[in-house]
Amino acid sequence: MAENKKPKLAVYKFSSCDGCQLSILDLEDELLALTGAVEISFFLEARRKVQPGPYDIGLVEGSISTPEEAERIVQVRKECRHLVTIGACATSGGIQALKNWADVEEYKRIVYASPRYISTLDTASPVAAYVLVDFELRGCPVNKYQLVEVITALIAGRRPQIPTSPVCLECKRAGNICVMVAEGTPCLGPITQAGCGALCPTYGRGCYACFGPAESAAAEALCVHCEKSGTSKPAIVRMLRSFNGYLEPFKQVGDKYERQTVNN
Amino acid sequence: MKNKVLYTINKSELDKLIGILQRDGYRVVGPTVRDGAITYEEIESVRQLPIGWTDSQSPGRYRLNRRNDDHLFGYVVGPHSLKKFFFPPKQRLFGIKRDGESGYIFEAHQPDPPRYAFLGVRACDLAAVGVQDRVFKQTMAEPYYAKARNDALFIAVNCTEPGGTCFCGSMGTGPRCSEGFDLALTELRTTFTVEVGTNKGRQLIEALEHETTDANTSHLVDLLMDNAAEHMGRTLDTEDLPDILLKNLSHDHWNEVAKRCMSCSNCTFACPTCFCSNVEDSTDLSGNHAERWRTWGSCFTLEFSYHTGGYSRSTPAARYRQWLTHKLANWHEQFGTSGCVGCGRCITWCPVGIDITKEATTIANDVKRSRANQEAKRLEEVGS
Repeated sequence: MAENKKPKLAVYKFSSCDGCQLSILDLEDELLALTGAVEISFFLEARRKVQPGPYDIGLVEGSISTPEEAERIVQVRKECRHLVTIGACATSGGIQALKNWADVEEYKRIVYASPRYISTLDTASPVAAYVLVDFELRGCPVNKYQLVEVITALIAGRRPQIPTSPVCLECKRAGNICVMVAEGTPCLGPITQAGCGALCPTYGRGCYACFGPAESAAAEALCVHCEKSGTSKPAIVRMLRSFNGYLEPFKQVGDKYERQTVNN
Repeated sequence: MKNKVLYTINKSELDKLIGILQRDGYRVVGPTVRDGAITYEEIESVRQLPIGWTDSQSPGRYRLNRRNDDHLFGYVVGPHSLKKFFFPPKQRLFGIKRDGESGYIFEAHQPDPPRYAFLGVRACDLAAVGVQDRVFKQTMAEPYYAKARNDALFIAVNCTEPGGTCFCGSMGTGPRCSEGFDLALTELRTTFTVEVGTNKGRQLIEALEHETTDANTSHLVDLLMDNAAEHMGRTLDTEDLPDILLKNLSHDHWNEVAKRCMSCSNCTFACPTCFCSNVEDSTDLSGNHAERWRTWGSCFTLEFSYHTGGYSRSTPAARYRQWLTHKLANWHEQFGTSGCVGCGRCITWCPVGIDITKEATTIANDVKRSRANQEAKRLEEVGS
């Protein structure tokens, strides 16, 4: 395939830590195949050269948390044929969405010497809250192999094979011993979308829900059980409000437990 | 089965047995302690068995404890069954490569399974293999399964101390191994009694130092088995159960269970008979290679019932009902047996401790009660 016929890939950064972009550079064994399959036209973290749009595939990292970003994402949408959001920030608002529960004005006063220079929105939101997104790839950070799968599928014109079922399926297929059952460790695996390969439970820790809620995640059923097994209500709120706390049903159940904490 | 000829071997003969199996080219798989549980892994000597360990099991809870003796098999079944050895969780089925402009090269992937010798498997495990045989050997012809299964050797152990979630007694599959084994051991203080199930088993016992078990010891084994049967952690009344379940698909209790059920699929993967799988095709970035993979699938996922027009089981209640009714009712029509062997894994390894015996019994008792009430009412009306 001639160089100029290759699909053009653009990678954008919004409010984020760059970890998901780094996952692309971390594709050591696949990087040559990737550059063989797509033209990396815009990827400031990796390449100084910028080719003009429009682009065939746009990967967006980061949440929308400033007025400038809210405008820029509209432009990004316009210049990309397929817009794929990557990572917890871009798909749920990410860890910075914790400010959605806080008083942003108060934060500005406490954190910054001259708050008047700070231009920020009251909320950190997923990209899909602002523009139409063609595919959301979860994870904090994304799984690099899932990222390759999404790009491969878009090039081939097929649906990406990204399961929406819980981590438990990957965990059991790997032959892990359930940390909830064998150790009583609270684990968000049953309500978290697969994709990480059950990384934490494989090392004997509970799942932290980096990949956000699974399909029909029964967050309340899990929390009721954790509470019965000795996890406190405030701990349950903290469990749910991490990387993807602003996504439903984590938000709704977390809020419910917080109200109960306050009322107690 | 009572009145069978038993042989007695010293416990020290077990290492010799493992050695013989290895020499015969078997990969010996037995129970061993890993990550806080007793799992089936490849072992090389008796020292790797969970000597002096036992397990305590209840809905959603599993813990290992020390015994006050050095029994080798003083526990029941752990999280893993034999399923993973015959029906691997993830398997490549074939690959396709482009060949020139319009051609393809097809590469079938048919690995030779190892020859497994399973040591320390229980009556419910053997029964589960029998159930899966009906699925993978009789209903479908699954080559990997058939080869792995036909080459396998089973040295079973009778359960003398059932666990908290065991109910093989209700399902008619244990605690005594009745079929499907080459040798079946019963562990006593310093010896094992051994029942021979096949010619292969006979050759093995003849290679070990053995004597015919005396009548008193045989009687003791019978007593141990009777005692185990009376001490099941759970029971399930299976009478009329398929009929009751299938005629009560709208029972309120399905929704009640669904409030607790997370649709996490753990029960289906822990179950030694659940056999569903996903088949996924993948391509690589170059577009020149494709592969087809099969992975364990579960009726608790949305994807499982996805078809043109949507999901036919979109609610957790519908999915739990599908699993339970298939296991305890439809399985009979489909494969001529129950899909449940009473091993209790789905109860122990459900992260929130949903208990199949309790849920099925709740529905059955309620239906029986209302049937009895209706009958009483009918008789009253006839009488008046």
